[in-house]
This record gives sequence, structure tokens and C-alpha cells, in this order.
Amino acid sequence: MKPFDYVRPATVAEAVAAAAQPGAVYLAAGTNLLDLMKGNVSRPDRLVDVTHLGGLDRIEHLADGALRIGALVRNADLAHDPEFASAYPAIAEALLSGASAQLRNTATVGGNLLQRTRCAYFYDTASRCNKREAGSGCDARDGENRSHAVLGWSDSCIATHPSDFCVPLVALDAVVEIEGGNGRREIALDELHRLPGDTPERDTTLEPGDLIVAVRLPPAARGFAAHARYLKVRERTSYAFAVVSAAAALLIENGKIKQARLGLGGVAAKPWRARAAEDVLKDVAPTADAFQEAAWRALSDAKPSGDNAFKIELARRIVVRALTLAAAGTPARMPALPASPFASTSGALHA
Amino acid sequence: MPELNLTSAPAHLRHGSNIGQPLTRRDGVLKVKGQATYAADNHPSGMLFAVMAVSSIARGRVTSLDVAAARRHPGVVDVMTSDHKPPLAIDPEIKTNPFVFRMEVLQSDEVRYANQPIAVVIAETLEAATEGAALLAPRYETLPALIGLDAGDSFVPPVVGVGNPTENHRGDVEAGLASAEKRIEAVYETPPQYHNAMEPHAIVAAWDGDNLSVDMPTQGLFLSRARIAELFGIAPDKIHIRSPFLGGGFGSKGLMAGPQVLGVMAARLVGKPVKLVLRREQMYGPVGHRAPTRQRLRMGTDGEGRLTALDHHARTVSSTFDDFYEPAADASHSLYASPAIRTSHDAVRVNTGTPLFMRAPGEATGSIALESAIDEMAWACGIDPLAFRLKNYAEVEPITGKPFSSKALRACYEQGAARFGWAKRPLQPRQMRDDAGLLVGWGMGTATFPALMFQAEARAAIRRDGTGAMEIGAHDMGQGAWTALAQIAADGLGLDIDRVAFKAGTSDLPDAGIAGGSAHTATAGAAIHSAGAAVIAKLADLATADERSPLFGAGNTGVIARDGKLFRRDDESRGESYTEILARAGLAEIEARGMGAPNPAAMEEYAMHAHGAVFAEVKVDPELGQIRVTRMVGAFAAGRIVNPHLVKSQLFGGMIWGMSFALHEEAITDRRSGRIMNANLGEYHIPVNADVPPLDVITIEEHDPHVNALGIKGVGEIGITGSAGAVANAVWHATGVRVRRFPIRIEELLTQR
Repeated sequence: MKPFDYVRPATVAEAVAAAAQPGAVYLAAGTNLLDLMKGNVSRPDRLVDVTHLGGLDRIEHLADGALRIGALVRNADLAHDPEFASAYPAIAEALLSGASAQLRNTATVGGNLLQRTRCAYFYDTASRCNKREAGSGCDARDGENRSHAVLGWSDSCIATHPSDFCVPLVALDAVVEIEGGNGRREIALDELHRLPGDTPERDTTLEPGDLIVAVRLPPAARGFAAHARYLKVRERTSYAFAVVSAAAALLIENGKIKQARLGLGGVAAKPWRARAAEDVLKDVAPTADAFQEAAWRALSDAKPSGDNAFKIELARRIVVRALTLAAAGTPARMPALPASPFASTSGALHA
Repeated sequence: MPELNLTSAPAHLRHGSNIGQPLTRRDGVLKVKGQATYAADNHPSGMLFAVMAVSSIARGRVTSLDVAAARRHPGVVDVMTSDHKPPLAIDPEIKTNPFVFRMEVLQSDEVRYANQPIAVVIAETLEAATEGAALLAPRYETLPALIGLDAGDSFVPPVVGVGNPTENHRGDVEAGLASAEKRIEAVYETPPQYHNAMEPHAIVAAWDGDNLSVDMPTQGLFLSRARIAELFGIAPDKIHIRSPFLGGGFGSKGLMAGPQVLGVMAARLVGKPVKLVLRREQMYGPVGHRAPTRQRLRMGTDGEGRLTALDHHARTVSSTFDDFYEPAADASHSLYASPAIRTSHDAVRVNTGTPLFMRAPGEATGSIALESAIDEMAWACGIDPLAFRLKNYAEVEPITGKPFSSKALRACYEQGAARFGWAKRPLQPRQMRDDAGLLVGWGMGTATFPALMFQAEARAAIRRDGTGAMEIGAHDMGQGAWTALAQIAADGLGLDIDRVAFKAGTSDLPDAGIAGGSAHTATAGAAIHSAGAAVIAKLADLATADERSPLFGAGNTGVIARDGKLFRRDDESRGESYTEILARAGLAEIEARGMGAPNPAAMEEYAMHAHGAVFAEVKVDPELGQIRVTRMVGAFAAGRIVNPHLVKSQLFGGMIWGMSFALHEEAITDRRSGRIMNANLGEYHIPVNADVPPLDVITIEEHDPHVNALGIKGVGEIGITGSAGAVANAVWHATGVRVRRFPIRIEELLTQR
């Protein structure tokens, strides 16, 4: 492992200054970063430990009805916050379907946004990977790629973003608050992650030194609480990334969908906002036909990047199901198996 | 090793014999408290840390290693490479017996598979050794890797498994198929699977002159000792191996693995104790694995649904440099009566580590294919799968015609089916849904595993204080040997288990054979039983020959040993305690040895197998294809059950592994590089707790006078067999889609709505 400096700033300003130099990265819970460093996948010169910064671990209700989630709030704490879970049920469900209980207990909101892809070729330093080493090539392209991207990929990278949390966040127009060298700014979460194009080595639009300090859910986000679900198809019930996932949120008035929100996970290098599908659903009744139409729209640009054509059909079906579940209404209690197609199966003993 | 503080569970009321009682693990408290010392927990004074560097190519040779860079790293003591290593006494490529497999211990620069050890860095800290290994920056001359079941020309290996004939037949399969009314032919594929015991292979080795002290997990203390002795040219009695606990073995720790030999070499090189522990990803290469298979089954039935022919061919792989062939087709030898049976194997060579034993080697891979095919045949006949199995129930072993030593499979079918509610199963697939609209399917499979016996010896003693001792170099892999064998020892000595000092797990004790083949309790148990009987006989001789004893003259009628006393067999009111007998004889203790061994005459006469029937329910999302197992019932008959509690746990574990086989486990190998892309517990999927449904195990007692003195058949591996097929068949019954490639993936079920 490459030697590195470790610094633990006392203030956000100090952190931003410490991280501005090339080769510096922020360390939060380290659930992803430390593995990457041990595997020689990430080779930072400096770790800027932000876990001791004050004030970043709060969930704040803002006067305008927005919710501000500090970047250091733990995934489990957020998911189990009763007020949060009832106002933003799809996000809580997504959080509880991610990783394992142990990881959720330590992983942070900011870190979750910035986790790296789980493409095996990115982790395998003997393989070529444009994301790990710009310009080296992509061994996933003709390799074992049944779990890779079907939307927004390029010949230089077919990796996906693995987060569950980000999928409902992007659907609900979450905003990312950033402290940088030029002070505070904010961007839509949808603009945080980049599609690979020919520069897949850059996952996000963040500049050196930029520190995510909070994620904000705008006032409108809580309007979907009655009809919001997250659905995740995966190959085992816990501690597995999504094959494909979807977050669906509906605002239904007088039997018609006033507004629809739809996000997809496991399909692209970013949490995928399916706006064209949302448009189809505006002002129509929540019917199976409407959901089918939305599903087709959501995946109209999809194409396989390898042995993964099935993911396109699977994504369509997941969209239909997630919309159907959302239309049926958010369950009063968090399902025993959050986000699982078996959520309501009897005999499931625990979340 | 200090005496282990083993405790028997206080809660269980015991009566009569110790055997048959559901004691909890006597080592359980130690393990829960973190006081059980596993190999890697040992830190002898002055110990150094060794870390392996492994190859990232699958075929070729190492052209350079930056040894200087590694050596310069602070804390690095030495770097062992093919150019710098202690000599071995014999070439490790020489196979001195059928249980010797070739290993990579830096004898050349050749690379034969990905993750092959190519150097060992020895340092004062684990961190320094790890960094030193990273600094080696190997360069290679790379050749194209041979990967997969079609990697090259196939050939017929001379034997499969351990010495099994490659081909077997009885009757005329082609004629049987030609005369059949219904026929099926199907090809099934199983993937490579790798060992993921919680405890990776580890060794702490310390030389003192020509004496060698070794802490390492092993399922074969004595085979390991013999292998070390021949490799290093020292007498076996110079080697002391301690292996009190294994964090799982499953066949991967049966034989000395290359990395463990490297640990011994490293200790010799630096002249200090050395610890070497594999990283998780290093398990995917040098320590054996389950080979992939492609199996073609052909069956025919007459108008009544009775098999007329069963043809099972298995393609598998071995490494480019050694021979082990998964004997998958042999699964068809013993279960279903057919006048014509043929089993055959062929193989190709690939650039992987040599595939070896992995829980139910051959039986597990063969079972999922055979049980799927039987299900397909039953459906082709329009017969319920259980009725079909009963119609083709083998009253004698089909391939040999031998009678079974015992076979309570019919009771397994009946009791398992009754517990599961099988009678309500619709014949047609895709008929059942739950309240949420999920497809529900029921499937079953027959389980079987041979009842094997190896050879073992034990030493028993009875002491004047009324306690006993039993010593045997047996192995506790987590299955419960510390408990079950002590129960047998207690009965053998006529003492309560708390009065017996039971010693196991070190190589200075009598040879217990290998803990493999589901035969350890039978083998070690037989030796213990026999040693107990021998020491009791000696004690009885003392008493019955002594006219001061109330047992004087009872030599012809015999005595019974119970609760620390001997009683006249014909008059139990007359007896004497062990203490009294030994005190009067002026002896502090009396000892004897006993052997356990297979009985060749019985093996010649009888087919010996454990059996079972597994029933599974799955739910499948009709649109999304995700599968969930919702319940499983297994009924097993495996001779005498020494400890029902431990046996149940063994069977649970096997059934979960079977479910894992059907739905989860697969090593993803890059088709070009031969590297395994998911060599970690995050991506190599095994079930998590939330995947495991309520499991129900029924054990059916068999009294088998032929398998061994105690009538034990073994339960270590049988749980996987039957279970994998039951889950696969349940998926078919839920969906109507027959998936023949395992594990069953979501995409296979998306094709049909």
C-alpha cells in the first residue's frame, strides 16, 4: 500500500484546504475507501479524515419544509429515524436494503454518494480499467459483464454506480451541498455523478477539495410519502448489490397521477433519473398500461454492454412493479425484507 | 497446548448411555468467549510474519521479481523465491501415494494457475510483509490460459475421485433406451466452486534443530505429518502438530496444502517461528476447489414408469499438472433401480489449481443433475416425483446388485413427505400461488452418501481416582468431535462424560485417520469404542482373577461397565468400583489401545450408504424471476445418531449448502485471463441468514450391524445431496421453466412470464 499522510482537520475550512492538493481524498467511514487502498486500487497521497468535524451528523428540518441531512449521518441512523422514514419511505427502504447491518451502522450519507463502482475489473489491478487508470483500456467490455451498465455507458467504461440510497434521492430531486475552495455551492444530485464518456476516471463533477457537507431534500419531496417505494432485485437477500433497482414515487390526486418520480439503480454509472417515463405518467390514471408505457420510455435508450441484455427487460419489469407498488400505497410498516419482491412474504422474520 | 477447559452442557438431563444424548458442544463456551485457540492465534516468541505473493496470470512464467525493493522495505527480513529457498528432501512433484497432490512451493518459475504462490515475504510485522509482497511487482511471460469445460481435447482419465473406475456399467443401456416408452435426455452444468471456510488456511511453524512445531488447522494430522516428514527429510516423530480447532475444513484442509508447506519452508529459511495466513482471495487457487461439470443424463422408462436405462456421463476438468476428477456420474450407482446403468467420465485440462475434495465431491455435483433428471423423467411419465422414486426404489444396490447393510430411505420418504405436506402437490408446474401472487413450487430430491470407514487407533486409560482418559488424534472441524467422540469414549469407559479426560487434536496422540468422507465419527468412534472395551477387559481380568473381589470368577459370564463400576453380567447386584479394583491391585492407572478399521468382508457383502429425502418449497416472483426458498424438510437415515443435536446442525449446514449450490455459488472466471473475478465474500455469493428458510430435519434411526461396531454411517456431507436438486426441482414446479445450468440465475426465469 502506498504511504500516505493522514490529517484530521478541526473545521470544514481546514478540511477543504487540506484536501485541495492533488492526491488528497476525504475519509469518512472508509467502508469502501479502505478496501480500495488495501487492494492498491486507490492510491491517495493524503487522507483527510472528516469524521471529527462538528455539525455534519445532524438531520435538520428547515423552515421551508426541506430536510437537510448532514454528510456524516450514518445510514442506519437515518433509516431508523421514525420521522425521516415516514416522510421519505422509499429512501429509508433503499437504505435498509443496502449492504449489511454492520456496514449500514458505520457508512455515512456523504460516503455513500461517493462510493466507487463494484465492477470486478476496477478492483482487479491486473486488469485494464479506464476508471482506475485513465487510458489503460477496459477489460470488462469483452469480459464477464452480465452485471454491467445498459444505459449511458461508453466503449471506455461500462461500470455501474452501486448505491441504493442515491436512487430514491435522485428521483426526489435531492440537492448536494458542497464546501469548496470558493465557498459553499450546491448542485442537484443528478448532476453529481458523471457518465463515463471518454473520461471514466472522473466519477463526479466535484473539484479537488470539494467536500459534501449535506444532502438536502426539497420541500416537495415529502409530498410523495403516501406512494413511494424502492424495489431491488438481487442475488441474495442481504449484502448484495442490485442487479437492477428502482425507486418510484407518485403524487396521486383524484385518481390521477399529478406527478411521478422514477429512478433506476444498477443500470448506469450514475443513479438514473427516468424523466421521460415521468412525463408519460403526468396527469394519467395509475393503470398497468400507463406503467408499461412508462417502463418502455425509461429504457428506450438502453442497450446491452455485454452479456446483460436481460437487465433491460428486467429493468422494465421492475419499473412496472415499483410503480404498481407505489400506486398501491406505502405500507404502514417497513417491510420485514425491505425493497425485496418478497417483502410481504410471510415467514420473513427480520429486516 | 494447555488443557482445554471443555464443559458439558448443564441443561440436558442424561439417562443411560452418553451416546444418543443431545449434548451441546463442549467447546462452545470457549469459542463464545474467544478462548478457543485457532492456529493463527498462536504467537511464539520471536515469531515473524510471512505473506505470499501470488501470480496474476494463469499460465506462463515469472520473469522478474523486484526482490531488492521488497528487501529494502523496513521490517522485511527475507524474501523466499524459487531462487532462494531451503532445499526439500524430495521433489514435491513426486506422488508417493494416492493422497499426495502436487503443490506449488517455489520449485520453479512456472505459473500454472492464477493465484499460485510465486514468492513469500517474511517480515517483523504483517504490515511489512504485506507491503514487501506488493513491492515485488512481478513480471511475466504469459501464455494463453486454458479455461472452461471446452478448453482443449477431452480425454478419459484412468480413475475418478480416489481410485474409482472412470466407467461402470450393468446391463445394456442402449437396448434399455431403445425399448423404453418414454425417454429423456438433458445436459446440466455446475460451476467451479471454491472453499470459503471462515478460517482461511494458516500455519505457525517453528523449528528447533530438526524438531518442528506446527500449529495449523488440519483434517488429517497424520497425513500432514507424513507429508512434512518426507518433504523435509525428518522423522515423523520430530514433528508436533497442534490442531485443536478448525474454523471449517470441508475437504480443503484434509491434505497439507502448498501454502502451509511454504510456512514451514519460511521458518526454516529465517531460523525463527513464522506465521503464514492466507488472505481470502488466496483461497481461490492453491487449496483445492470443486471442479465444474457438464453432465449428460439419458433415461428411459417402460409403460409403468419403471426405469429401463440410466446413462450418466460427466465432463469435468483437472489442472494441467495433476489429476483429480470430480466423480459426478458415480451418483447414479446407488439410488435408482434400473436394469441398465452406465456411468462415464471424461475431462479436459485447465489452468486452475488442482480441483480437490469439497464437501461431497462427486456426490454433490452428481446429485443435482441426477435429481433434476429424475424429476424430468417423472414429469415425462406424468407421475408424481415421489411416486416415481418409490416405483424405482432400489432394493439392492443397482450397480453391484449387493444388498444394503441397512436402508431406511422408504421411511425418509414417508416421514419427510408427511411433515412437508407433499401429498397436496399438484402434478403440473406453475399451479400454485401465494396470497401475494408469487409462484409457489415444491420439489424433492433423494440424498445419499456412502458410509465409509478408515483406520484409527485410540488409547484408553482408567485411573485409580475413578476417572478415565481417552486419547486420539481426532479433528474437530466445528462438527463437534470434542463432544460426540467424548460421548463414545464415556460409554466405552463406563463413565459419565464429565469423568473422562478426552484428548484430541494433536499429532502426538494415536492416529485417528482423516476427518473426511463423513467417516470420522465412525472411524475414530470405532477406535475409541475398541480401546474402551480393551481397557475394561483388562480391568475385568484384574477383578475376576482376584478372589478378594466380588467379581471373582465372573470371567466366563462377563462383566458390564457402568458408572465407574464393573457388575457381573448375570447378577448386577454384585459389582465393584474401578477405584477399588485398581487400589487393591496397587495400580495408579490401567491402559489399553484399540483399533477401528473397515471390515473388508462386510464391505464385500454389503452396499453401505446413508440416505435421505429432502423436500423444498420455493417462491418465485413471476415477473422479476427472483427466487426465495421458503421452507425445507429433510429426513435422513444415517445409522446410529451419536448426538442428535450436533447431527441436526450438520444436516442444516448441508441443506443450506445445497440451497447455495442451486441458487448462489459460482466462481466467475475471466474467460481470457483465467483470473477469478469474485474471489471475495462480498461477490462470491453464499446464502446470508435472511436467505435461509425455516429448516426441519428428521433423523430416522437405523440399526446397522454391518457398517461398523457402533453402527454409525456419518452425516457430514449427505445434507448437500438431495437438497440442491430439491430446490432446483421446486423452481421448475413453481415456474414451469427447467433451468439446467447452476446456480439458477434470474435471467433464466425472465424468458417466460
